[in-house]
Amino acid sequence: MIAIKVTDISKKYRLGVFSSQTLSQDISRWLATLKGKEDPLGKLGGSESRKKDKNEYVWALKDINFDVNEGEVFGIIGKNGAGKSTLLKILSRITGPTTGVIKARGRIASLLEVGTGFHPELTGRENTFLNGAILGMKKSEIHSKFEEIVEFSGVEKYIDTPVKRYSSGMYVRLAFAVAAHLEPEILIIDEVLAVGDAEFQEKAFGKMKAVSSGEGRTVLFVSHNMGAVEKLCNRVLFLEDGRKVRIDQPGLIIEQYLSSKNTQKVDISDYIKVKSEYVDVNKVEINGASNLKLHFEADDINLEIALSFTLKKQLNITFFMRVFDHLGVLVGSFFPERGENLNYTFDLAKGEHTIVNRLKFPNLSTGKYFVSFGLSRGTIENYLFFDKAVQLDITGNTTSSGRVFNQTSDGYFLLEGKAERV
Amino acid sequence: MNDKNAVLEKEQDSKWTLEILPKDKWWDLRIHEIWEYKDLLFLFVRRDFVSVYKQTLLGPIWFFLQPLMTTLIFTVIFGNLVKVSTDGTPRVLFYLLGITFWSYFSECLVKTSQTFKSNSHIFGKVYFPRLIVPLSLILSNLIKFGVHFILFLGFYFYFIFTDAPVHPNFAILLLPLFLLMMAGIGLGFGIIITSLTTRYRDLQFLVMFGVQLLMYATPVVYPLSIVPVESRWMLLLNPMTSIIETVKYAFLGQGIVDPLHLAYSFVAMVGFLMLGLLIFHKVEKNFYDTI
Repeated sequence: MIAIKVTDISKKYRLGVFSSQTLSQDISRWLATLKGKEDPLGKLGGSESRKKDKNEYVWALKDINFDVNEGEVFGIIGKNGAGKSTLLKILSRITGPTTGVIKARGRIASLLEVGTGFHPELTGRENTFLNGAILGMKKSEIHSKFEEIVEFSGVEKYIDTPVKRYSSGMYVRLAFAVAAHLEPEILIIDEVLAVGDAEFQEKAFGKMKAVSSGEGRTVLFVSHNMGAVEKLCNRVLFLEDGRKVRIDQPGLIIEQYLSSKNTQKVDISDYIKVKSEYVDVNKVEINGASNLKLHFEADDINLEIALSFTLKKQLNITFFMRVFDHLGVLVGSFFPERGENLNYTFDLAKGEHTIVNRLKFPNLSTGKYFVSFGLSRGTIENYLFFDKAVQLDITGNTTSSGRVFNQTSDGYFLLEGKAERV
Repeated sequence: MNDKNAVLEKEQDSKWTLEILPKDKWWDLRIHEIWEYKDLLFLFVRRDFVSVYKQTLLGPIWFFLQPLMTTLIFTVIFGNLVKVSTDGTPRVLFYLLGITFWSYFSECLVKTSQTFKSNSHIFGKVYFPRLIVPLSLILSNLIKFGVHFILFLGFYFYFIFTDAPVHPNFAILLLPLFLLMMAGIGLGFGIIITSLTTRYRDLQFLVMFGVQLLMYATPVVYPLSIVPVESRWMLLLNPMTSIIETVKYAFLGQGIVDPLHLAYSFVAMVGFLMLGLLIFHKVEKNFYDTI
């Protein structure tokens, strides 16, 4: 049984200013055209620029087709700007499509962002009802689930306190708890796993799994967390530049997605996820070159990352690095303070600096790995963060009989050692 | 085999409960959806009321202070300085009554005219029938009106017991109709403006200013009787005129009442509402793209 049928959905946006935005300007424009004068607010070059205006459309989505089966967890992945959010906005009826039809069976509710409509002056209890109703629940439904929601959120003690006195963690937990207890036939989830502390994330993840598998609901799931996508989804849609690339099993799609991410783009600045206003990046060199894709034999992996940057003020800086597998699961990390280097933080003055980091890897098994790195203030705050910017292709690691050790069947690294009969 | 598929598809087609299209049929206003979300409507009303009540110590007092201060100022300026006639009725009562009813209308209009602007953060994240918001504003203003009205009744009974020239009559029974008409005109006009402000932002300032001017084009601080007969039609074009005049007649016994004028206002209300609903419905679908 098909729960959602998406046919030829496209969405066109107009670039730049939609109209002059004020009535008085539109009127003066209109009066000017009546008098046959040039548009007083038009760009220089009059007619030419207007002609160009006509072409200033962008297709955020183009001819998207797919069906989602009932009870399926359907993932949607793609880079920023690939059209994921637009697709979700159309599915959740926040905005309409330009062309195409979507047909669905049952109520659609979305968790595009939790805590929508929370009012700071109202208590947790009042907000639970208000937020639930905004998300489409009836008062009676919220009543019957109230206990469960409060217990799940873990804010029982403060449920009659105005939420303006809540810590941000409590706020988010209550908001997620309300949303997680929605019972629509179709649920749209966008990146909600990014809320709360690790323990709560675990809980949230478990709840989502229960929602999709046990309770047999149809779920549309958008996330950058490839591990979650792989674990939760039955099928995944890969979007690129507003177009459908492929729909397939999560494992295959994620691999294609991650490698496409690294072949198309060569500019390292595309991978900057966090950048403080005090730091400007000048140059990044990986093993002495600007190439972001490196190939190593398993027993000889040496990575040298040289980061040149300009500080706009004096900062205490720590370099950090993390390694992920092809699904985005964290494999290992480098925090200088854990090593033998006692002077791991650099007290750097305003001006230009270069930090070079030489890293030795263990004997990794064959496969693709991705490296994130950046500058931070201890573990407190990131000044600069390159997200999965460097791709390592590891080959080798074969036994004498020719068997290849690879990620999926043998784990991430090989243990050195000896078996002896005594 | 093909037949079987076709039948299957047909069967599925009939079971779709939701269809998202680029454009909805203009007459399909999805009124049944508003009914499904009625709980949300009342929770919004409750939120508006509770949040004002909790926010400040002055919150509840402010409800009373506003009409009292305005009445005081009007009494001093229009009553004592300019000496505008109140048709022989007590000035305080005349102004307080006018202000109580007028502010219900103007609040409905001003608040609903900000629907898209002040709720864009919610509208951008969750779908629910957008009309719920202006409807909830109409209702929460009705509560506010109720508070003002009780205040008015206090003064009203005081004047009646002191034998002031006040003559209540059966037209008071039309109170629900007056409220309905004021809410209808305010809502209709307000949602037209909020729909237009998604495109023209400066319209918002025009509203604040326009409502103030409109009050002087409505017999709030003066009776219609002081306007020369031959130019009364200009004021009567304003659908609020006959409503406020009739309200004054109902409570005070002075005012120019004509069922025809009321009928005109009623038709104007229906017109505003229909036009408002159509424009609002057209804009709500894609307004998020333009903000």
